[in-house]
Amino acid sequence: MASSEEQPESRPPVLLLRMVAPAYDDAVSAKFHVLRPWESPLPRDQFLAAHAGSVRALLISSLVTLDDATLDALPRLGCVVTTSSGVNHIDLAACARRGIAVANAGTVFSADAADYAVGLLIDVLRRVSTSDRYVRRGLWPVKGDYPLGFKLGGKRVGIVGLGSIGSETAKRLVAFGCTILYYSRKNKPSVPYKYFPNVCDLAAESDILIVSCALTSETHHIINKDVMTALGKEGIIVNVGRGPLVDEAELVRRLMQGELGGAGLDVFENEPAVPKELFLMDNVVLTPHRAIFTSESLADLGQLLVANLEAFFSNRPLLTPVNHNDL
Amino acid sequence: MKPTKCRVEERGTEDDRNPNPKPFSSLTTPPPAMESLGVLLTFPANSYLEEELSKRCKLFRLWETPPENWRQFLRANAGSIRALVGTSTVGADAEMIDALPALEIVASCSVGLDKVDLAKCRERRIRVTNTPDVLTDDVADLAIGLAIATMRRICEADRYVRSGAWNAKGDYKLTSKFSGKTIGIIGLGRIGLAIAKRAEAFDCPISYYSRSEKPHTNYKYYSSVVDLAANCHILIVACALTEETRHIVNREVMDALGPKGVLVNIGRGPHVDEAELVSALIEGRLGGAALDVFEHEPHVPEQLFGLENVVLVPHVGTATWGTRKEMADLVLGNLEAHATNKPLLTPVL
Repeated sequence: MASSEEQPESRPPVLLLRMVAPAYDDAVSAKFHVLRPWESPLPRDQFLAAHAGSVRALLISSLVTLDDATLDALPRLGCVVTTSSGVNHIDLAACARRGIAVANAGTVFSADAADYAVGLLIDVLRRVSTSDRYVRRGLWPVKGDYPLGFKLGGKRVGIVGLGSIGSETAKRLVAFGCTILYYSRKNKPSVPYKYFPNVCDLAAESDILIVSCALTSETHHIINKDVMTALGKEGIIVNVGRGPLVDEAELVRRLMQGELGGAGLDVFENEPAVPKELFLMDNVVLTPHRAIFTSESLADLGQLLVANLEAFFSNRPLLTPVNHNDL
Repeated sequence: MKPTKCRVEERGTEDDRNPNPKPFSSLTTPPPAMESLGVLLTFPANSYLEEELSKRCKLFRLWETPPENWRQFLRANAGSIRALVGTSTVGADAEMIDALPALEIVASCSVGLDKVDLAKCRERRIRVTNTPDVLTDDVADLAIGLAIATMRRICEADRYVRSGAWNAKGDYKLTSKFSGKTIGIIGLGRIGLAIAKRAEAFDCPISYYSRSEKPHTNYKYYSSVVDLAANCHILIVACALTEETRHIVNREVMDALGPKGVLVNIGRGPHVDEAELVSALIEGRLGGAALDVFEHEPHVPEQLFGLENVVLVPHVGTATWGTRKEMADLVLGNLEAHATNKPLLTPVL
């Protein structure tokens, strides 16, 4: 890997405020001069002041909250690239006021998240993880056949949030013979699925809910007690969005009392804490927030980050721009 | 005496194979011809089927006798047993058929007929039925679910969470993307086609091996399983088990599939050379495997239990409430058709 000290510094600087995944740092370092404040003996504000005159591009993850105060310290900033699809950590209005273009991960991770949602759903219905444990414990010869699961075909799947991930998930489930219904902030007349203007009504007509919307102040606990009641005792919930989209305590209570059919959860309200009551259940599948983390997608994102930065520095439009009016 | 009207009789076609089999209805009264039909059920896999058979026919339960006494049991009841209902666990081999001189029909509660001696049935002019179509979707769903579970390590990740490792050790590792990977299917019959249709929705290119190329598909054909394996990422076994396809996935095929390749078996255990599979996985010559079937069920090689790149499920391809009922109804419908001299719903012989 080329060390940045060995090359004359004609490459444009790109500032990090916190570490990003090594795969991304490596990809960007190959083409740009990456500034890492934590490697400097200077305190943070002095480091920023020292580089304020030259920094036009910033690379962040969703762990950095980008607000007016930080933007004030970077007067020449023209571009912010985030490694995430979500942008709630970025004050988009403040960026727009300052003429700062913002790029996100676009749809790089959507297929992986959709694959994972389908994988979790099949796992819950067909008891894949549970019966795998059963086999590994040597129980098949001792206790006989594992109890029956449930068919996926013919089920009505309500997608909560028909963005890129929701659409990719829907497309996959159609091939399994599912009927797709959806909730979204706005009706999308070009899609062939039935629209519901509220999640409760969606739940009432669904056998399964898949949560794939962005987390905002409006969508906190969008899957609440009323939605779970509407979904019914045999309903299944799959969450590949964010933990706080679901009222977790209510979900656990209903699962414990047999008032919900099952759940496939990749995200939780207080990660990495997972309610221990779930560990005893055979109708839940629990994964540690990994829906998008494949080596292929990380490599794809690395390339996308570089492509967005190259576009900015060549005065070309960003590949995956975020317009704050879209949200 | 007129047979009692039931849904089986409503279809109106005279073809030997009914193209639109009407489902059997457990709500109808069985005709007298059914009540006097002696049926041997070989294995207690399906409690609904067992219950209906015992209500409607004269049911003999083979598993209530230990295997060493089967010959005696069969001899004692040979005069009464005119029908045999087999499963993927216990079917009707030559010895059993020989012991049942009054046997007229073998109705297998499965689509696979590897446990039925078809040559013997042909010789004795015994009718044979199976349960195609009703289970196709469930098996195909499981095949894709197993492939995703293996590539994305879902079962392993679930174990990671339940063991408290997420708290203690931090993030679970990166896994391998499923979408867009080339799928190789061995056997492009009903189940193979259903798997292909699902995989296409994940933008997976599809290729296949079959005894002969299929005329109406755009999928890429390979005339050798080794070539198929060398050119795909995920190899799925979906063909019938016959003498020719035993160990169709052998060491050469596994080596061709390679250290990043994944094998999915939703066919029959003997399709895969299991001993070779275990060493290929342990030695890293094969990237991963998802297995619903094994050579000696319910026994699974224990060397697989500690591997994180395998998914092991206990022959659950058709194990849903809905499908098991439909399979049972098809068995019952075939038996009723036979007993009342109507065309069989899903005959093979």
